Order: sequence, then C-alpha cells, then structure tokens
Amino acid sequence: MSTAAFEFGPGDFERVATERRTQTLSRPSVSYWQDAWRRLRDNRRALISLWIVIALAFFTLAGPLLWRVDPAAQDLDQVSQAPGLPQVAAIVEPYASWAGLRATPLAAPAGTPATAPTGLSLVEPATTQAVRLAWDPVPGATGYQLYRNIYDPDPDGALGLPVAEILDPAQVSFEDRLDLEPVRYWYSVVPLDATGAEAGEYATLAVDTTRVISAAEAETLGWIEDAGTVAVGDEIVLPYHPFGTDYLGRDMLSRLMYGARVSLFIGVVAPLLFVVVGIVYGSAAGFIGGRVDQLLMRFADFVVALPFLLFMILFKIAFGIGPGESGIFPMLVALVLLAWPATARLVRGQVLQIREEGYIGASQLLGAKTTYLVLRHMIPNTMGVILVTLTFAVPSVIFTEAFLSFIGMGVAPPTPSWGSMSNEGLRTMLTHPHELIFPAIFISVTVLAFNLLGDGLRDALDVRMRGQE
Amino acid sequence: MFRYTVKRLIQGVITVWFIATATFIAMHSVPGDPLSGERLTNEEIRANLEARYGLDRPLFEQYLIYMGNMTRGDFGISFTQQNRRVNDIIREHFPVSATLGILAVVFAALGGILWGALTALFRNRLPDVVIMFLVILGISVPSFVVAGLSQLGLTSLNALFGVSILPVAGWGTLLHMIVPSLVLGLGTMAFLTRLMRSSMLEIINADFVRTARSKGLPPTRIFLKHQLRNAILPVITVLGPAIAAITTGGFVVELVFAIPGLGRYFVQAVQQLDYTVIMGTTVFYGAFLVFMVILVDLVYGFIDPRVRLE
Repeated sequence: MSTAAFEFGPGDFERVATERRTQTLSRPSVSYWQDAWRRLRDNRRALISLWIVIALAFFTLAGPLLWRVDPAAQDLDQVSQAPGLPQVAAIVEPYASWAGLRATPLAAPAGTPATAPTGLSLVEPATTQAVRLAWDPVPGATGYQLYRNIYDPDPDGALGLPVAEILDPAQVSFEDRLDLEPVRYWYSVVPLDATGAEAGEYATLAVDTTRVISAAEAETLGWIEDAGTVAVGDEIVLPYHPFGTDYLGRDMLSRLMYGARVSLFIGVVAPLLFVVVGIVYGSAAGFIGGRVDQLLMRFADFVVALPFLLFMILFKIAFGIGPGESGIFPMLVALVLLAWPATARLVRGQVLQIREEGYIGASQLLGAKTTYLVLRHMIPNTMGVILVTLTFAVPSVIFTEAFLSFIGMGVAPPTPSWGSMSNEGLRTMLTHPHELIFPAIFISVTVLAFNLLGDGLRDALDVRMRGQE
Repeated sequence: MFRYTVKRLIQGVITVWFIATATFIAMHSVPGDPLSGERLTNEEIRANLEARYGLDRPLFEQYLIYMGNMTRGDFGISFTQQNRRVNDIIREHFPVSATLGILAVVFAALGGILWGALTALFRNRLPDVVIMFLVILGISVPSFVVAGLSQLGLTSLNALFGVSILPVAGWGTLLHMIVPSLVLGLGTMAFLTRLMRSSMLEIINADFVRTARSKGLPPTRIFLKHQLRNAILPVITVLGPAIAAITTGGFVVELVFAIPGLGRYFVQAVQQLDYTVIMGTTVFYGAFLVFMVILVDLVYGFIDPRVRLE
C-alpha cells in the first residue's frame, strides 16, 4: 500500500459563516429584592394584607387631620350612642310649665275593685323636653302610680321605673321631664285603691319621644352659632359620631384613631428597637465566637426563661408612670428589655452560617476588613430573615399591649388604646356592644394583616421555598 | 441521658436563681413601697413596721435573707393581707390556675392535633378551608374579646333555654371550667393546628407511608400508626412554651370569668406593691415554667428514639 503524501491546500478549507453561541439574557435579571417583591405580588392574601396595613397607617396618621374631633371631649347628650346617621333635633320654644288636667273623681260602690284606666293618651306630641300624659278618672281610685320602662312591660308585667305617685284623685295627668332620651318609652298608670295600695290592673301606653332643644340651649351647647338664626320648627344636626360614642360620650371614631396611634406606635417601634438590639448582640456573639459567644448566649437563654407577661408588668411598674404621662415609654423599655433574645439567637445563627460561606472567604482573601464584611455581606444577607421576624413581632407586640391595657397595666387613661377601649367596652357589652366590637375588630384585623403579610414575606424571601408550592 | 438530665436540672436551678434576682431588683426599683399607705402617718410606726419586715436593712442584706428563706421554700408573709403567708396564697390559688391551665392545654393539644390532621387529609378542600379560616381567626382575635363574646353567647344561650345550662362566671364545678378553659386554649389550639397541618403534609406522602399503602394496610391503620404518630412529634416540642403561654395568659380569662386563680392575685399584688406576694408568685411561676420546659424536652427524648439527648 503506497502512501501518498497528503497535503492540505487552500481548497481543502471551507469558510464557515461566523457563528456566535454566547449566552444571552432572554429575561431581565432581577435582584433578590425585586424577585421577592414579585413573589409577594403574586400572593393575593399577602398583597391584601399589605393594603390593609397601608390603610391602617393612613387611618392613624391622616385620620386625625381629616376627622378633627377631640378624643377626650365628652358629648353628654349622646352617651353610648350607637353608630349610625347623624342625630337631629327640632328647635322648640323654651320649656313652659304645665298645670296639668283635673277631673272630678268618680265614686264607686265600696268593695268593687279598681279597673284599669281608660283613655290613656298624650296631651301633646312627646319630646325630650317633656312627655305629657292624661287619662280618664277611674271610679273609686284614690290616686295613681306611674311607671316608665324602656321595654314593653306586657309579657311579664315589669312596669319599670316608678316616676310618680299622685295622691290626689282629681289629678288625671302627668308630666315627665326626667332624663328623657329620643327612644320609645312604655308608660303605665296604676290606680290606687281606698287603702292606698296599687290595684292589680293597669294601662300602658307606648310613647316615641323626638329630640328637641330650645334655641338658647343649643347655643349654650355650641351646636349652633347664634340662637337668633334659627326659628321654632327648624331642625339642627347634632355633633356627628359615625362610630357612635362610648360610655362617657366620647367620639369612638376619633378614639379609635388616637388608639391606633398608641397601639401601632408601640407595635412598630418596639419591634424595631429590640430587633436592632438583637442584631447587635447576636452578630457580636456570632462574630467573636468562643467563650464570649457561649457567655452571651447563656445570658440570652436566661432572659428567654423569664415569664414574659409577669416581667412586663413588673418592669412597667418599676419604671413608674408620673401623673399626666401615658405610660408608653415604660412599656417600650420593658418590651425591648425582654424581647431581644429571639432576634439575637436568630442573627447569631445566620452569622455563624454566613461566616463559613465561600464568598466571605473570597472577600477576605481580597483584603476585606471586618466592617466591610459586616456591612456589605452579613447584614444584607440576614435582612430577609430579620424582616420576617420584624413582621411577625408586630402582631405579638400589639397583642401584648392590648393585653396589658386590658388588665389595667398598660397605657394610662385618658390616653386611648385599642386594648383599654376593649376593656371599657366589655363592661357595657350587653347594652352597647359597639363599644367592644369596634376596638376588637381593629385589633383583630391589624394582627391578622401583619400575620398574613409575615407569611407572605417568609414565602417570598426564603430561598428554600423556591420552586416549591 | 442521665448526664443530660442532671445538666438540664442544674441549668434550670440557675435560671430560677436568675429569675429571683431579676424580680428582686425590679421590685426594689419601684418608686414607693408597700408601707407608704395613707394610714401610716406616724414616723415611729413606720420605723417599727420597717424593722418588722426587715425593710430597714441594707438592700444586699435583704437580698441574702430573701434568697436564704426561698431556698428553704419560704416566701414570707404578705404585706397587705395581714398574717397571710405567701405559701398559703399560692397553695390555695395555684391549684385553680393549674386546673384551668391543664384543661386548656389538653383542649389545645387534642384540638390542634385533630384539626391539623383533618386539614392535612382534606388539603385544599372544604374542611381544610373552613378550619384554616377559623384558625386564622383564633390567632388574630385577642383572648379577652373571645372571653367577653363567649360570656355574651352563654347568657343568650341560657336565656334561650330558660335554665342555666353552663354558668357564665365563677368557679367550683366541672361545668364552670369548660368555657374558660376552651377560651384559654383557643389561641394555642389555633397555633398547634397550623403546626400539625404542615408537619402532617410533610409526612402524608413519605416513603414509609407509600410502603405501608402498597403492603395493603387499611387507611385507618396507616393514618393512626404511621402518619399521626410521626406528625405529632413537632407538636410535642412546642408544648413546653405553649404551657408557659397558657399559664400566664390565664390572667385575662381569670379576670373576665371571675375565677379565683393566682393570676388575679398577682395583678392585685402588683397594684398594691405587695413585695413578698409579687416575688413569691413570680419565682413560683418562673420555676414552674422552667421545669415544665425541661420535662417536655426529656419526654420528647423518650417518645422519639431518633432524638439523642446530649
């Protein structure tokens, strides 16, 4: 086999079209935080919660600017007013005294029991100024006993509050001026027999009173500028309380707004403070390591073991509240003193983990100083975990504040907080449930929003959750 | 195991000492003292009383006396309730709080495990959605609101039937305990349900469950023997802290339902600056909680043989 020398010539090569196979970025590159935000946006519950939190912040910060009602001002004409539309009052003449109606007493044969009065009626329309009643004389009656109730006495004969005892049988009318409110009253008239005892029979009349006020009174209360501008028969609108008023006649909406200031201020500032303390403590322990680390973490263990609520109460008392102070500052200090170890443990764990990472070693190799390492690598990398802790700390602190205020160990009155408002509302829960329900709803919605937001943030920021779902 | 137990117990004792010291310091930095009431105007009487209670000694000496008495199990005499020993107060009222707390923990644990397992089995179906909604409510509504609303509900329930089915407040019979302990355990129950659900979801399709299924075991047996037993473990670890949360959370429930427990006494003592009662109850509660957590950790080691206690 002869082997001919094989030689390459220019004709053996073929020019190939230039081809570039470099990697291209087909989609925009996103940073950690952009990615987290995208994931959060996809989480509907977390997004709604975020909006609720923003709305609450608006309610707290801008609310008092829009709704300028003093939370401590008492509107004694509208105590425990239920939420609803504004109340109106008609202008009437000033009160003029009334002589009443008289009738000749009717005699009845001895021994016949007194009958129920007939013809019980209103002499003139009932108002909050006066309710004037008249009835036909009852044969044999020596007088009349009058009762007023705010419930229908019919089923069980509970006549209510005795408002008058008339011992003159000729007097067949009654004028009620006692603390009248614009509600429905049930008036009952019971005739008295020869011995002065009440007869068993009675007549009842349901009366709806309307709110009226004289022009002069309205001016004194500040509801109108000048008594001369209104005429009898005009209607004026009372100070409006859309969420009603509490047991002292204070505006609920304004108290809720100012209460939100206290609850949210403590709820946001306390976690920020103790998270900062925790970061410093935890990163110091994690960075220094060795015996110092052991000692620092053992101390943190002790603080964790303290019964939290007992010590909150103790510390709060120990820092003391002077007269006229709201007691927010002692509560903040107590919270920071007791709540930092959780964050410290977490940050220490993170620091210990990150310290062993390759990029830290690379950075050190390139001559990075400790400060640079901490600021550029450690803190940004623990930020996600810290943010989640912070979000979960807010509802628990709001709970603690509400709890303490509820047992009377929190914010001092008259400063409103949602917890102390719930406490006050609980006492009148049966008759005026709105005084408990509104603050309770605000606490619950806030806690719920922060919890769901925390869940969402954890899912968005936790790298281990990627690709699952 | 033995070494671990001893080590934990020693740590526990040191923690209790720390609690006692912290209480002592906090107590004595409170402005005013229990003797500065309006009745004591005479300096001489005040000096006599201070001598009687040892308040005239230097602070460090007071501390040593206090710690000495405490190691002998003597918490001293109440300042405001004449001649009443703190030990007696604790002995009388702690059983009430403890009964309430134990019932609440039982409710919370049983409910949490049951609901959590149910939600995991019915994942993303109606029972899951409904229960998880209730759980979120349970976590978000403060206990005093639940307590108030349940009282309201009880009142209308009793009014509806015309007889007292369940008492609205007070203490004494088993009927008195049902509603308060349910209310007290509710938050923890919600928390445990969430935990149980996620731990159950992890286990529901584990390899050993698939093996059990392919062996042809009946579903109830798989559920009880394989899934439930494994999923319960994380729930047990958080029982220690849960007991702590429930015992101290009992204050509000005791207040709302008028239950003569230790929590109410503590709040009262703090308001009256009754040094000995405050320190006694705090140290007692603290010690109770510390040893509860240790106990739960030790029990965990027995239940889960995979956990090596060191």
